[in-house]
Amino acid sequence: MSVSVEPKSVEPSESGSAPVNSSAVTPVSAGASAQASANGTDELRPHAEDAFAGELASLAAQDDRPRPARWKLSPWAVATYLLGGTLPDGTVITPKYVGPRRIVEVAVTTLATDRALLLLGVPGTAKTWVSEHLAAAVSGDSTLLVQGTAGTPEEAIRYGWNYAQLLANGPSRDALVPSPVMRAMAQGMTARVEELTRIPADVQDTLITILSEKTLPIPELGQEVQAVRGFNLIATANDRDRGVNDLSSALRRRFNTVVLPLPESVEAEVDIVSRRVDQIGRSLDLPAVPDGIDEIRRVVTVFRELRDGVTSDGRTKLKSPSGTLSTAEAISVVTSGLALASHFGDGVLRAGDVAAGILGAVVRDPAADRVIWQEYLEAVVRERDGWKDFYRACREVSA
Amino acid sequence: MTATARDGSGAAGGGPLLLGVRHHGPGSARAVRAALDAARPRAVLIEGPPEADALIPLATEVDMRPPVALLAHAVDEPGRSAFWPLAEFSPEWVAIRWALEHDVPARFIDLPATHTLAWGSAATEGEPGGGAGSERGDDADPAGGGAAGADASRRGGGTGVDGDGDGDERGGGPHSGAAARPGAGSQADTDTDTDASAGGGAGARSEASIGAGAGAGAGAGAGAGAEAPAAPGADAAAGSGAQAETGAGSGIDAGTNTNTNTETATATDTNRDADAGVASQSSADGSAMEKDVRIDPLAVLAEAAGYDDPERWWEDVVEHRGVGEGDPFAPFLALEEAMGALREAYGSGGHDRDLVREAYMRLQVRAAQREFGDAVAVVCGAWHVPALRQKTAVAADRALVKGLPKVKADMTWVPWTYRRLSRVSGYGAGIDSPGWYGHLFAAPDRPVERWMTKVAGLLRAEDRIVSPAHVIEAVRLAEALAAMRGRPLPGLGETTDAVRAVMCEGSDVPLALVHDRLVVGDVLGEVPQAAPAVPLQRDLERTQRRLRLKPEALDRELELDLRKETDAGRSRLLHRLRLLGVAWGEPVASRGSTGTFRETWRLRWEPELAVRVAEAGVWGTTVLAAATAKAEAEAVAAQALADVTGLAERCLLAELPEALPVVMQVLADRAALDTDVGHLAQALPALVRSLRYGDVRGTDTGALTGVAAGLAERIFVGLPPACAALDADAAEEMRRHVDAVHGAVGLLGDAPGPDHRDLRGRWHSVLRVLSVRDTVPGVVRGRAVRLLLDDGELGQDEVARLMGLVLSPGTPPGDAAAWIEGFVGGGAGGGMLLVHDERLLGLVDSWLTGVPAEAFTDVLPLLRRTFSAYEPGVRRTLGELVRRGPGERGRVTAAGSGIPGFAADPDPERADAVLPLVRLLLGLDGPSGPGGPGGPGGPGGVKADIDNDLAGVAG
Repeated sequence: MSVSVEPKSVEPSESGSAPVNSSAVTPVSAGASAQASANGTDELRPHAEDAFAGELASLAAQDDRPRPARWKLSPWAVATYLLGGTLPDGTVITPKYVGPRRIVEVAVTTLATDRALLLLGVPGTAKTWVSEHLAAAVSGDSTLLVQGTAGTPEEAIRYGWNYAQLLANGPSRDALVPSPVMRAMAQGMTARVEELTRIPADVQDTLITILSEKTLPIPELGQEVQAVRGFNLIATANDRDRGVNDLSSALRRRFNTVVLPLPESVEAEVDIVSRRVDQIGRSLDLPAVPDGIDEIRRVVTVFRELRDGVTSDGRTKLKSPSGTLSTAEAISVVTSGLALASHFGDGVLRAGDVAAGILGAVVRDPAADRVIWQEYLEAVVRERDGWKDFYRACREVSA
Repeated sequence: MTATARDGSGAAGGGPLLLGVRHHGPGSARAVRAALDAARPRAVLIEGPPEADALIPLATEVDMRPPVALLAHAVDEPGRSAFWPLAEFSPEWVAIRWALEHDVPARFIDLPATHTLAWGSAATEGEPGGGAGSERGDDADPAGGGAAGADASRRGGGTGVDGDGDGDERGGGPHSGAAARPGAGSQADTDTDTDASAGGGAGARSEASIGAGAGAGAGAGAGAGAEAPAAPGADAAAGSGAQAETGAGSGIDAGTNTNTNTETATATDTNRDADAGVASQSSADGSAMEKDVRIDPLAVLAEAAGYDDPERWWEDVVEHRGVGEGDPFAPFLALEEAMGALREAYGSGGHDRDLVREAYMRLQVRAAQREFGDAVAVVCGAWHVPALRQKTAVAADRALVKGLPKVKADMTWVPWTYRRLSRVSGYGAGIDSPGWYGHLFAAPDRPVERWMTKVAGLLRAEDRIVSPAHVIEAVRLAEALAAMRGRPLPGLGETTDAVRAVMCEGSDVPLALVHDRLVVGDVLGEVPQAAPAVPLQRDLERTQRRLRLKPEALDRELELDLRKETDAGRSRLLHRLRLLGVAWGEPVASRGSTGTFRETWRLRWEPELAVRVAEAGVWGTTVLAAATAKAEAEAVAAQALADVTGLAERCLLAELPEALPVVMQVLADRAALDTDVGHLAQALPALVRSLRYGDVRGTDTGALTGVAAGLAERIFVGLPPACAALDADAAEEMRRHVDAVHGAVGLLGDAPGPDHRDLRGRWHSVLRVLSVRDTVPGVVRGRAVRLLLDDGELGQDEVARLMGLVLSPGTPPGDAAAWIEGFVGGGAGGGMLLVHDERLLGLVDSWLTGVPAEAFTDVLPLLRRTFSAYEPGVRRTLGELVRRGPGERGRVTAAGSGIPGFAADPDPERADAVLPLVRLLLGLDGPSGPGGPGGPGGPGGVKADIDNDLAGVAG
């Protein structure tokens, strides 16, 4: 993912003129940077548990509900931490995730019932953000993290060896390098696995024993690490991208799955896209665009309609192309359109600047997707009022 | 009895046992059963239309399986109807069953449907409805003394709309007639009721119940006396709905609206009744409603309890309460208290319909009390309980129910479905999750565990792997969620979330299945054969009479001329019946005329068709409404695109304008998602054909045109890619599709509407793309060129160039032969083209002579297929042309700057020879016109001339 709207990459560029009131849609990050600077930390991006230490502390202080073993907060307080609210003493908890309440409740409850949690969703739906904050609120530590890549080895999930020690003293616990998961098991903490579906299937399956037996055998030593109460695991995965390794059903069974939805309304998505484009644009020194919002709205509308397979008025059904058409992609389309407009055009974002980008995002499979796109153009775009220029521009690049 | 004593102490001042329920609440149902078991009343009174008293015993028949509904309909207007659906878990049903099992009389005590149905007509039609009511007064009352009163109240109803003044006048009129009633009021009721519960036959039933209604009306009139103002009744008539329960649902003021929620059951249901009369009624109500602030009593209570969702609050407080611990009456008392407080705050005054209904219910309760003492249990919407408890003067109550309009109403049981109980389907008895409620009611214990097991079973049946471990985890998650949300037990929301997260892997697709099959549920009710006839049958009979179309067992052919009113009506009826599966008439090919305004039917009425009609009764109360509902359901269920287009055609034939939008929407959706251009191309011609039918019948086909144009659009986009890489058979099929679409676009291009004018232009550009793309099979390319040529889009020179390209040595002979087949083959005219354009013939000729010997055998069948289809004359001419050789052709080509095949200059002498015949044909000459070929030999002579001329031209 080259582009993401998740605020892990938002903060750096935001320090200057972040919108004061990010009452926004997905993750709210203004609070993060504000608190971080208040704490006087120098990190580019402090961990959730540091950035929101104040909120966590007052939640813990006023939380009188029962807490599962080794949880820093009760499930109810964790949900409040994520969804925001006002505590009895007046402390305002900023919402970390703005979306259906149901999702957060199911996620938290899953963790409380010792089931592993799998957060699914297309890029740009705040999976990582939610998992980090969940870990921070539940265990007070969001750093027990395994980043999944195509090259993630088994050692990253189980344990590795300190080879100098191993050669010098032979196999022993001292020579063992525990993985974040192993440490979480031993301490009863929450471990996180990012991009689980990027990990090769055989390595993924390492998790099966950990999740079902709650134990990690170390055959070399004839020992095992048993998970203590409070251990749990949050994985995030992306089910629509290409190049993913589907989870085996044996592994899948061990997770409760929560699908994080795409932004609910066009307005919400337009808001995310324009904010993010603004930030990227500034970091690339692109000139500010005066009237880009209409074009952004069109891009978002096109993406949403094709993704949902139905026009925004709900009247006409459409075929969906094979691409994911995530919010992240919409951002990249608009950004590149902006670059085109400022370097080769008159600085105003026009239909022609985004048309090629949209075509590239939509038509991933040259045969099937092209027909879908042309049908969409002819059946929907052509008839739409005020979209003439867009239609012409798209026809031009599609021909 | 202790129970009765307790009830007496609990309820203010004794009196009947009032059990306030929520319609279709399983918790309420269970509580009702427990309370009845504890109190053992001597009679059970239930909120519902009293005409249905006679139908109550049917509830114990073995064939009776809920969900069923009580259906009331106006005898002469089956379209005006109201439903009271009852599911197994409805408290009313439980009460009926309890009464029957314990041999205790059960009675409905709500305002009779005869009034509530008439309210509809009074409010919508005003005078006519009232007129109809009084007209029918004569045969209403075998039950005795109420005749005068009944008449009076009918008349009162008719004019009730007009206002108060009239009401007073009428109040005096019937008084003497009704005066006999006060003492006998309860007597009459008792009579009819005992008759009914003793199993009075279906024939006696309607009359008896109407008599009861009439008696009540009369009693009211008597009690009120002449000086009692008729105003309340008149008000009610003016502002109220078609049915008693509608009155509750679509309230006039806040108080009534609250009712919608307290007793979601019948209220919403009847509101949504699909029939025209009711529909217009509800719109009339709507206007009344808009003026009022809507207050939902449950919402108020829920808010007070800190809930944001009233349904959830109700579930937590009432439905999920276990029964068994403690006092069986406690929940009712608590609820009554709450409702009492609410009605004090919101429900005082203004909501006339409820007041009338409650007054009537009070009267009925009093009557029952006189008969059975205080050991009477009343099951009604919780909202009504405070009103029934209220002490009011009998006279005031009678004044309220006096002078209500009437129509002759008839009741029956009809099978109902869970789907119709749910809001989703639009009929809606007001509950989202009948399946879930049914489960809650039926499960003896551990409802969540049992539910999860059910869900797992369903998912397994659909080949999803769901292990017992999944079930365990789902139950745990649901319970933990409930604990976290602070609910006493997992509700539907928690279980659904748990099923989604654990069993469905976060996906909503299997969850939709669970919702459809379990949460809503597929359960279909059954009613015994003994239940009276459905209104659909009556409507059919009426229509048959009106159209003078008698059902006869003999085969009969019927010729219809659709330009005539009656014939068009007959055609519509037959088409609608066919849609409903009642195959009375079969369309057969018309003899003689082929005009679209003619239809021929073969009629034959088989006895089993009556059964079919009864079965079709579930779809609606009139043929029109039933056919509409059936068509809509079929559209949604249809698999193939062609099925939907066929259905659209049938909807037009049967004139179901209301079904058409649904069918069109389904059609557009299917078309949008169908990836096979072939399917689309097959669908288009039928659709365009439907457009023409629509024209004949004067239907509005605007929507149809839009969909057809959209379909064409999709074909245009999809056709070129779909033409790549086809084998010979597929190519041939594609050629047929191209032809079909071409014809359809031609017709469609004529259709009015600005959007479709350039359809032809775009089709031509698609054809152009096809004609030059090398991956497109030869036969399709050739066809495309030919169609363009015929439409004058390609010039002769351009066509010759394209043909030359294809027939040049670089093209494999097989391809070239296919191209020729596409170009000149298939149908008339192809041969003539070659005959007339010798340049093209020359190209074919020289190509054919250049085909290598080894390839010739491959090409031969194709060519044979192409040329053998020509008329013999054309073949011979072609042969002669070819024999004459290229020299002659050269001459023609050289001579021609004009149209090929014609000389440069006209030959006046030969042209003149045609004139006499033209004159004759046009009737310009008299029979003995000068120079005309007047004799019988004339035409033959002319014909010979023409033949000669044609030969001359050809030569």
